[in-house]
Amino acid sequence: MGEVVQPGFGRRLGVGRRCIDRDNGMIRLHGLKKRFRREDVLRGIDLEIGRGDRVALVGSNGAGKTTLIRCLLGEYTCEGEVRIHGRDPRHHRRAILARVGFVPQLPPPIRMPVAAFVRFVARLCDADPGRMEAVAERLGLDMARLRRRPFVKLSGGQKQKLLISVALGRDAELLVLDEPAANLDPAARQVFYQLLAERRDQAAMIIASHRLDEIAALVNRVVELDRGGIVLDDRVDDSVELGSRLQCRVVLTRPEPAFGKALAEWGFTADGEGLAWEGSVAGPDRLRFLGVLSRYAAVLGDLQLTDPAEVGRERRATGA
Amino acid sequence: MRQLRLMVTADIVESLRTRWFLVYLLVFGGLMSTLFLFGLTESRVMGFTGLSRLMLTYIQLTMAILPVFILITTVRSVAGDREAGVFEYLLSLPVGLGAWYWGKLMGRFLVVFLPVVAALAAGVAWGALVKGAAVPWALVLYYCGLIMSLSACFLGIAVLISSLARSSDLAQGTAFLVWLLFLLFIDLVLLGVMVKQQLPPETVVAIALANPLQVFRTAAMMLFDPKLVILGPSAYVILDHIGRTGYMAYALVYPLVLGLLAAFLGYLVFRRSDLP
Repeated sequence: MGEVVQPGFGRRLGVGRRCIDRDNGMIRLHGLKKRFRREDVLRGIDLEIGRGDRVALVGSNGAGKTTLIRCLLGEYTCEGEVRIHGRDPRHHRRAILARVGFVPQLPPPIRMPVAAFVRFVARLCDADPGRMEAVAERLGLDMARLRRRPFVKLSGGQKQKLLISVALGRDAELLVLDEPAANLDPAARQVFYQLLAERRDQAAMIIASHRLDEIAALVNRVVELDRGGIVLDDRVDDSVELGSRLQCRVVLTRPEPAFGKALAEWGFTADGEGLAWEGSVAGPDRLRFLGVLSRYAAVLGDLQLTDPAEVGRERRATGA
Repeated sequence: MRQLRLMVTADIVESLRTRWFLVYLLVFGGLMSTLFLFGLTESRVMGFTGLSRLMLTYIQLTMAILPVFILITTVRSVAGDREAGVFEYLLSLPVGLGAWYWGKLMGRFLVVFLPVVAALAAGVAWGALVKGAAVPWALVLYYCGLIMSLSACFLGIAVLISSLARSSDLAQGTAFLVWLLFLLFIDLVLLGVMVKQQLPPETVVAIALANPLQVFRTAAMMLFDPKLVILGPSAYVILDHIGRTGYMAYALVYPLVLGLLAAFLGYLVFRRSDLP
C-alpha cells in the first residue's frame, strides 16, 4: 500500500477496508523536518496518503499536527519533500491549492460579509458560489438571512458551518479538516458526515484532532504524532457508514430535566411523562452520544440503539 | 491579474470594516472640519490666505499624523491577522503569493490615501463653493502627489516591518522606532542641532535628503517659502545643487521609490519565509 511507518511502531489491520483506487501518490511526505528556532517540531516525517484514505491525524498539543498541515498547504518552509500529485505545494500553490479544501480549527476573524466571503473564495477557486451556499443550507445556515452579516459576527457554529461549506462546496480532492465537528450541533454533524460520505471515494481526507474518539468513526486510518514524529500509522475498521443513522430509545427511571434538555438538543422527543425518549443518532456520532448518556447513567433504565440497515440485512440473511 | 484584483477588493472590503479605519476617517475628516471651524481660510500667514493657507496647514498636520498612523495601523493589522489565523486560512486558498502580497498592499494604499485626499478635496470644494475662494489647482495637485508619495513610502516600510517581525508587539515597537528615528532627524530636532554644531553641510543635507519626513516637510515649505529661509544655511546647498523644481520633483519621486523598494524587500522576505 505504500505507507511508510516509523520502525517499531506501526502496524496494519486492514479490517473492513473498502476496495477502491487509492491513488497512493496523491500525497507524499519524505523526510519532512521543521524547526522553529532551536526546537525540532517535525523530525523527519515519512507518509503517503492516497485517494480514499480518511486519515485521523491525532496527537497531543504540540505534537506537530498544525505544523504538518501548514507544511502540506505550502504555508511553511521546511526540509525534506512535500508532494501533492507529484508537485510541491509551495511552488505550485494555485494548481495544488485549487484542489484542497481546508477547514481550520479556529475560524479566522474575517470581516467581509458572508455573501462576499463565499463569492471571494469561489472566484479564487474557480468554483460555483451557489454550490457552496447549497452546502451551507444543508448544514442548516439560513443564507438569505446571513448574507450581509460580517463573517466575524457569526456564532462559532455558524462560522464552522460556512468554512465547511466553502471547503466541501467545490471539487476538492484533498480535504484537510482541523477539528471540523467541534462546534457543530448534532443535526449539522449528521449532514457533515453525509457530506463526507458523498466524497469518500473521490477525495483523501486528513482530519486532525487531539482526541481520537471524536473522529474515530470518520476515518479508515489513524496517524498519531508525538513530539514531531509518527508513532502510529494504523488501518482501522471503517464499517461504520458515514451516512448511517441509528434509531434510539432511552428510558429513564425518573424524569430528569437536565437529561431531557441534553436529549432535546439531539432532536429526541419524549412521551407525556418525560420518561421514554426516542430519536435518531448519526452512525459516526454514536460514541459521542454514549458519552452524553454516561453522564446520566444513574437514571438510565433502558437503552436501545438499532441500525435499521443492519436489521434489514440480518433479516434478509435469515430469510425472515 | 484577476487574482490581484480580487485581493485588492478583499483588502479594501476588510479594511473598511476595521476600527482603525473609522478612527482614520474621523481624524482626517475632523482635521479638515476643525480647520474650517477656526476660520483658517480667513486668516493670513506669510502672505498666504484663503485655500492656500488652509492647505498649507492641512499638509503640515498630515505630515505629522499620516506616517505614524500608516506605520502603526498597518503593522498592527498585518501582525494581528497573522496571529488570529487569517493568513493561515486565506493562504490555504489558491492565490499566488505575488497577487496576495501586492494585492493587499494596493488595497491598503487606496484605503489610506483616498480619505486624506478626499478630505483635502472636500475642503477645497467647500472653500470654492461656499466661501467663493479661488482654487490654487497647481498647489492642490502637488499636495495630492505629495500625500500619495508619503503614503506609499510609509506603507512600503510598514509591510517590510510586517514581513520581518513575526509578533504584533515586535512589529509595533519596530514601527514606532522607525518613525521616531525619522522624526528625530528633521530640521526641528537633531538636524537643527547638527547645523548648529557646524557639521559638514554635505552630511546634514544627505540626511535631510534621505529622511522622507524631512523631504516631505521641505517640499511643503518650499511652496510658501521658495528660498527656504526657515531651513537656514542647508537650504543653499539644496537649492544650489537641485533647484526648486528639481527638489519638488525629488520630493515626489524619492519617497515613492523608497516605499516601493521597502515593499519589494518585504515581498522577498515574505516569499521565502513561513507565511502564517
